[in-house]
Amino acid sequence: MINRIFIANRGEIAVRIIRTARALGIETVIGVSAADGDTLGARLATRSIVLGPAPSKDSYLRGAAVVHAAKQTGCDAIHPGYGFLSENRALATSCAAEGLIFIGPSPDNLASVGDKLTARAHAIDAGVPVVPGGTVDTLADAQTLADRIGVPLLIKAVSGGGGKGMKRVDSIADLPAQLELAMAEAEAAFGDARVYIERLVTVGRHVEVQILSDGETVLHAGERDCSVQRRYQKLLEEAPAPRLPEGLRTDLWDAAVRFARHIGYRSLGTVEFLVDVERGEFYFLEMNARIQVEHPVTEAITGLDLVALQISIAQGEALPMSQANITLTGHAIECRLNAEGIAHDFMPSPGRITQAWFPSLPGLRVDTHVHSGAMISPYYDSMVAKLITWGPSRDVAIERMRTALNVCVLDGITTNAPLHKAIMADARFREGGVDTNYLVGLLPTITGGLA
Amino acid sequence: MTDCWAYLRALRSGLMASQLARRPRGTVVGDFTRSDVDEILHLIDQSNFDELKLELGGMKLELRRHGAAPPVAQPPVPPNSPKATAPIETGAATAMATTAAGGAAVPAPLLGTFWHAPRPGAAPFVAVGDEVHAETIIGIIEVMKLMTSVPAGFAGTVLGIEAPNGELVEFGQPLIRIQPI
Repeated sequence: MINRIFIANRGEIAVRIIRTARALGIETVIGVSAADGDTLGARLATRSIVLGPAPSKDSYLRGAAVVHAAKQTGCDAIHPGYGFLSENRALATSCAAEGLIFIGPSPDNLASVGDKLTARAHAIDAGVPVVPGGTVDTLADAQTLADRIGVPLLIKAVSGGGGKGMKRVDSIADLPAQLELAMAEAEAAFGDARVYIERLVTVGRHVEVQILSDGETVLHAGERDCSVQRRYQKLLEEAPAPRLPEGLRTDLWDAAVRFARHIGYRSLGTVEFLVDVERGEFYFLEMNARIQVEHPVTEAITGLDLVALQISIAQGEALPMSQANITLTGHAIECRLNAEGIAHDFMPSPGRITQAWFPSLPGLRVDTHVHSGAMISPYYDSMVAKLITWGPSRDVAIERMRTALNVCVLDGITTNAPLHKAIMADARFREGGVDTNYLVGLLPTITGGLA
Repeated sequence: MTDCWAYLRALRSGLMASQLARRPRGTVVGDFTRSDVDEILHLIDQSNFDELKLELGGMKLELRRHGAAPPVAQPPVPPNSPKATAPIETGAATAMATTAAGGAAVPAPLLGTFWHAPRPGAAPFVAVGDEVHAETIIGIIEVMKLMTSVPAGFAGTVLGIEAPNGELVEFGQPLIRIQPI
């Protein structure tokens, strides 16, 4: 049994993990950077310990320090959250060697999904459709493949994520320059210059399926639509995916379960798909072997505590439910509030929060680490809060989000709240089923009117 | 006041880090430049605090806003009382306690287990009363069997050994205290 969890993360997800740990009677030790010693997570954890200086590479990304600190503070498990070391195979391996429970999948599972090419090969083996494309080592390879697939196409980093090392090519003539950029970015961001090329679906929706697996029973908890993105960064997510043909929806669930079962996955995970709207097909993108930022929308429509289930699976327990027990009720939306100025090309705006107020409203959940007086430091990502609303219908969830955005206060920093308000008021979004181009098209119509 | 200490601790660590980054190792910590002071003033300006006391190497800096009254020393806040298992001791508590004790602290350059001696049973690297140079090794920090030696960083006389042998130290935690020359 897990008695004390080491949290190797920060921000709202650290607070979210502490919430469930407290509910389960589990102690927490959080490893923070020197800049985060006074954050809500550090205050709420049973103990906080400074891993290193502010830059992530010297603190949150130092796996050896994390494992050392976890052992020396008497923890029996490490929760890596999302980002940072959450899908780091070396950390999972080190945990196993040191007798610590890694609250996530096995090193083998991470190897199966950590590399997009390997994951893609597994998808093909599992009979899950993939986007036409393949790996390239040289410009000549790239040109041969690009001629076969056609433009537009995407260059992606093999070890990538979060849009880094990802380049769009609209004309074969642009390929050499974009390939070089993508490889340089991939090398800089992930220490791995390998890239692959695939067909770019011009009208696509990003739909992902939540997987729960104890290694024997593989269940899904419905899908999430994350199509409202900017530069491959998700901004808003909802569950279920609106206006999806029912056959396609159940096919997505089945494909996700099939993939997870094929690789012997054991933990919480998410299988991401690209839904090709014009062709009415879908392709496997990748599997995220961690808790996701947008997990609350799934919790809202299922009533599950995904972090509790993740901990339970990690300590070897069988899932306490069957597929028939997971019912999807109503509709949920999550808005990511980021400290960035949308009128200034989404420039990060760190600073001190002078006033934060998130009152209880019907159907509203707020996941945040900020409070009045909190400092938003410039070292980490700019997300400051997630507003999640639930309603018996999508319309009600949207109305509740509009209310929440009007009522909640987050002063002292510039946030993207005006953008979320504009989306909630937008006819196309309200109709449902927007694709990944939606936000880019919406921005020029609203940023002019926003200070 | 409670978050004041944590803020200062972060500030101090940040300053140390920036000084270490800017200057050759061994000649650091002792002296501020004008731009360091400007940087501190700038940080304090943005904060809610009325007073700052900072000791680094041989330098002592006291800032007070609008003639604020000198503060009463605040004990560090204890962590939430642990529930079931063995009590968790507070690493953070020792970190600030030393600023009042005189001399200048040598902060842990990284998190790990602090060792006073090169191997079990050997004489410690330094003892109270020893004269040290900037390059003098004052201890070892172990992270997952990897040993990093810690130099004093500035010259002086050892006033006290702050971090116990074989215990976990966090980044920035005072290891020993030195009276700078």
